[in-house]
Amino acid sequence: MSFRRFLAIMRARNKEFWRDRAALAWNFIFPIMVIGGFAVAFSGDGPDLYKVGITAAQSSQNLHFEEIKYIQFIPVTDLSAAITKVERHQLDMLISPATQQFWINDSSPAGYLLERLLNGSDAGFKREAVTGEGIRYVDWLISGILAMNLMFSALFGVGFVIVRYRKNGMLKRLKATPVTAFEFISAQVVSRLWLLLSVSALVFFLTDLVLDFRMYGSYFDLLIVFALGAICLISLGLLIAARLASEELAGGLLNAISWPMMFLSGVWFSLEGVNPWLVKLAQILPLTHVIDGARAIMIDGAGLMDIWPNLMALMVMTAVFLLIAARTFRWE
Amino acid sequence: MPPFLQVDNLIRHYQGVKAVDGISFAIERGRCFGLLGPNGAGKTTTVEMLEGINEPTSGSILYQGRPLGRRFRDEAGIMFQTTALQDYITVRETLEMFQQIYPRTTPLQELIESCSLEEFLDRDTRKLSGGQRQRMLLAIALVNDPEVIFLDEPTTGLDPQARRNFWELVQSIKQRGKTIVLTTHYMEEAYRLCDDIIIMDHGRIIAQGTPDALLAKHFAEVVLQLPATDFPASYPELEMQMSGDLVEILSSDLNSTINRLTEQGVSLAGLRIRQRTLEDLFLALTGRELRT
Repeated sequence: MSFRRFLAIMRARNKEFWRDRAALAWNFIFPIMVIGGFAVAFSGDGPDLYKVGITAAQSSQNLHFEEIKYIQFIPVTDLSAAITKVERHQLDMLISPATQQFWINDSSPAGYLLERLLNGSDAGFKREAVTGEGIRYVDWLISGILAMNLMFSALFGVGFVIVRYRKNGMLKRLKATPVTAFEFISAQVVSRLWLLLSVSALVFFLTDLVLDFRMYGSYFDLLIVFALGAICLISLGLLIAARLASEELAGGLLNAISWPMMFLSGVWFSLEGVNPWLVKLAQILPLTHVIDGARAIMIDGAGLMDIWPNLMALMVMTAVFLLIAARTFRWE
Repeated sequence: MPPFLQVDNLIRHYQGVKAVDGISFAIERGRCFGLLGPNGAGKTTTVEMLEGINEPTSGSILYQGRPLGRRFRDEAGIMFQTTALQDYITVRETLEMFQQIYPRTTPLQELIESCSLEEFLDRDTRKLSGGQRQRMLLAIALVNDPEVIFLDEPTTGLDPQARRNFWELVQSIKQRGKTIVLTTHYMEEAYRLCDDIIIMDHGRIIAQGTPDALLAKHFAEVVLQLPATDFPASYPELEMQMSGDLVEILSSDLNSTINRLTEQGVSLAGLRIRQRTLEDLFLALTGRELRT
């Protein structure tokens, strides 16, 4: 391993990235556009329906409250999780008929209205007030969009590019020099990792200036999650690129990997309530662990210890991907 | 002292096809060694095995008495038939990158001068003309001040002017005592640059020697060319072939051939005499045109 050769290859790759204006613009503009678009789209007056969580009643008798139109009643099993949702304005009210309690958020106008309605129809419920700022969709979405951008940039920026280098003969040119496969690959990985993290940080802080995201955890922890995620996704890109020489096949495979991740890893919507089989499937996707970890840090203020299963999963997957990629790598 | 590069019974199979089928030769230090042959003859496969890019199926290659290894990679300069480079970086940056890869390097200024790179030194490598690109690829091959330089069809696709300029560059490298291994389609190129040549076909060597010795060995005759219109209705009984509008007559005794022609009343006003070339030799050996 020669550090000088590693640096030479990495510098050239960095220059290529910063000078490829079209790709660079795409890396920045795409996530900013998506975040900005959703911020505008979901900044209106909210949904038409009021959402009320309701725990299972012991008697089969329904409340008069439940007969009111334009209220969506959502069955709740986990009371404490539901209370958190009231704190975040994800539920406008929570009722427990069994214990004759209801929870509302004092800063929620919808909660105020629902309280008046409940008192008008069913008497005797005990009021439990919670506080907490509302979570906008963009607060929730930002981790997903940053992680998705990370995924596309890692998979295509490493996987696709190495296949291109192999096809057009650049790898063959380097094979004829003293450069080793390890030096070449680590230069690609470090170059892309550095670029990914700086692009993500820039996008985060630029959009934060305008949208002022909810960020309860530590920036360092968030960086760790994104760094581990980036390394894992780059390794997956390397695995795909290990010996393919067809850009079309590589492109197809990369799409076949990235699209399911985009929908099943919770970029756009939560997987709560979908088929449990899909939820299990999502656990084998690296992107799921990046997004879950980042969301827990930003929204719940979780620390690294709280999300260690996600971090472990990312590290194990990275090790597996790298091992297979190193075993199968070919210059030509 | 062992030969500079020694090749023994080299064989390379691709899925049952014998691309290179048992060839042996030696390359001496400081010589320009040419590999000629039609497309598919095994030239590039052979040269890629010499470069250490391609593994032989069997046979041995020794560089200064040792198998190809670390030292060879440090001391060999290679110019592939097609090479892609990192996009979006300039000629200067490309050369600097390659300089950092090797332990011993030629100073940048020397490369710029010897390959005439001044005018496009700060241009993106994607925006070079064919000739400029070949000059840069040659400069990359020289970046480690190599002992041996491999040039795989370096002037294919260049216009005659660019080709002549490139030949001058190769001549000047030769004068500095470097060993050169060259593959080419162009017989004129081989004749001008190479000290020794082998001619390959179907993965085997079919002729070997210096260009002049090969010609002398295979051809005793010269060629007389006359416009076909200068001939009367009946042709004289001579060994002849048609070449476009010209009649080519092979002759080992010039005086008697010319006498025969005058006796037949053929006008000699349009007569031209040429030496046999490597092109003819190739045609004679393989029965095929080289440049197809």
